[in-house]
Amino acid sequence: MAYSEKVIDHYEHPRNVGSFAKDEDGVATGMVGAPACGDVMKLQIKVGAGGVIEDAKFKTYGCGSAIASSSLVTEWVKGKTLDEAAGIRNTQIAEELALPPVKIHCSILAEDAIKAAIADYRKKYGEGEDAAKKAAD
Amino acid sequence: MTDRDKPIYLDYSATTPVDPRVAEKMIPWLTEHFGNPASRSHAYGWEAEEAVENARAEVARLVNCDAKEIVWTSGATESNNLAIKGAAHFYAAKGKHVVTVKTEHKAVLDTVRELERVGFEATYLDPEPSGLVDPARFEAALRPDTVLASVMLVNNEIGVIQPVAQFGETCRRKGVLFHVDAAQATGKVPIDLASLKVDLMSFSAHKTYGPKGIGALYVRRKPRVRLEAQMHGGGHEKGMRSGTLATHQIVGMGEAFRLARLEMATENERIRMLRDRLLAGVQGMEEVYVNGDLDHRVPHNLNVSFNFVEGESLIMGMKELAVSSGSACTSASLEPSYVLRALGRNDELAHSSIRFTIGRWTTEADIDFAVRLIHERIGKLREMSPLWEMYKEGIDLNTVQWAAH
Repeated sequence: MAYSEKVIDHYEHPRNVGSFAKDEDGVATGMVGAPACGDVMKLQIKVGAGGVIEDAKFKTYGCGSAIASSSLVTEWVKGKTLDEAAGIRNTQIAEELALPPVKIHCSILAEDAIKAAIADYRKKYGEGEDAAKKAAD
Repeated sequence: MTDRDKPIYLDYSATTPVDPRVAEKMIPWLTEHFGNPASRSHAYGWEAEEAVENARAEVARLVNCDAKEIVWTSGATESNNLAIKGAAHFYAAKGKHVVTVKTEHKAVLDTVRELERVGFEATYLDPEPSGLVDPARFEAALRPDTVLASVMLVNNEIGVIQPVAQFGETCRRKGVLFHVDAAQATGKVPIDLASLKVDLMSFSAHKTYGPKGIGALYVRRKPRVRLEAQMHGGGHEKGMRSGTLATHQIVGMGEAFRLARLEMATENERIRMLRDRLLAGVQGMEEVYVNGDLDHRVPHNLNVSFNFVEGESLIMGMKELAVSSGSACTSASLEPSYVLRALGRNDELAHSSIRFTIGRWTTEADIDFAVRLIHERIGKLREMSPLWEMYKEGIDLNTVQWAAH
């Protein structure tokens, strides 16, 4: 399998590997995929005041592309609002990492992981983010 | 961890380097002694024919049969094709049923599929979780219309040794022809065709330090086994396999098998020690599973699954080692090893398996390096694995509702 240098770099030096404590304030978790399919991604975001993602961590069971895709999105979501993060498309991930066609599903999974983490945040904290925004306006 | 420019070769079951002693013997037969062994009218042909016959005798000596029972082919794949299709078609009037095992090499399985396509019926036996086939189940699969059974001696992925002596007795008693794919067995386990009730046996040179592109098929003479040729032409090899004999390849196979006969006992002891060193090195880790029976197994094979680590990232993590993975992740749909699936391993464990095969040039330092690397990389991948984290938290992964995609 010929991977791009970016994939290999993320695989060999993954960014933001790890977990936040589940009860930590502002933390939400998205877990997508299935072991039988060969990939499971866990993406955690830590949302601060103003609805901005302050930090992100991941753990991934999967191929090099899956690890690279999730490592990349932890870098991308940091500093974004939830709405901005929700706007990240799998095509951007695939393009950045130069994923081969058979590995596009890894980028789709990474996009799903962001969406799942955001949904978890909204479920846990309601529309807290909007409330914060309104307060700032 | 290292500045080696090439990974350490631990994939001797994929292929072996040609032993330099073998290569040296082959070269003159390409340049000086280039005659066609079928040329009967001059010395060029005579000397080539003599070299071919000497090599034939060496192959026969390793497996204790008559040299007249050895037919040259291009390799074990062709031998399997010739044996299975050749015998099934020749004896089709007797019946149209064949028996084989789900863990056979594709060269056997696809050949049997081809027979099904042209009107034969096939039974594919399930092995036990150990990888071995239960003799009672084997016997029960043989029917009055069974013409042929085919079982490999040594499995290429997990290295288990099937009880072919027992299967041979059963086949002989029931009047069923018995073919054995021994591609992975020569030089690893003793083979005695004088006592085995085997009718057809496939061999390959390049798994035993000979060249690629040459193999042989043993075809029993007493009681005589007949085959329908798959390759037609000049009537070489008693009409069973036409085509000009590749003298240099044949000489190489003969020399490789001669060395195997002389050295296998001492060589296998050394290799078994290295394999056990590797096994001991990985057994201390958590959630490591050996695939296939450890007792009925060739000395050079170790196949292990590392739970909670995905197969392809595992191979990427092992790039300093040339090993085989049970996972074929080259397509969009992941295909776990069909051999490990047949043993009842779940997809995850089948995906996370690695086959280490040790050989003539493996050193203790290679094994120690491999063990250190495995510990480091598996540790790193597990730190990154959400499944490992859940396992460590005591969550039963089988109870989790996964969002399948």
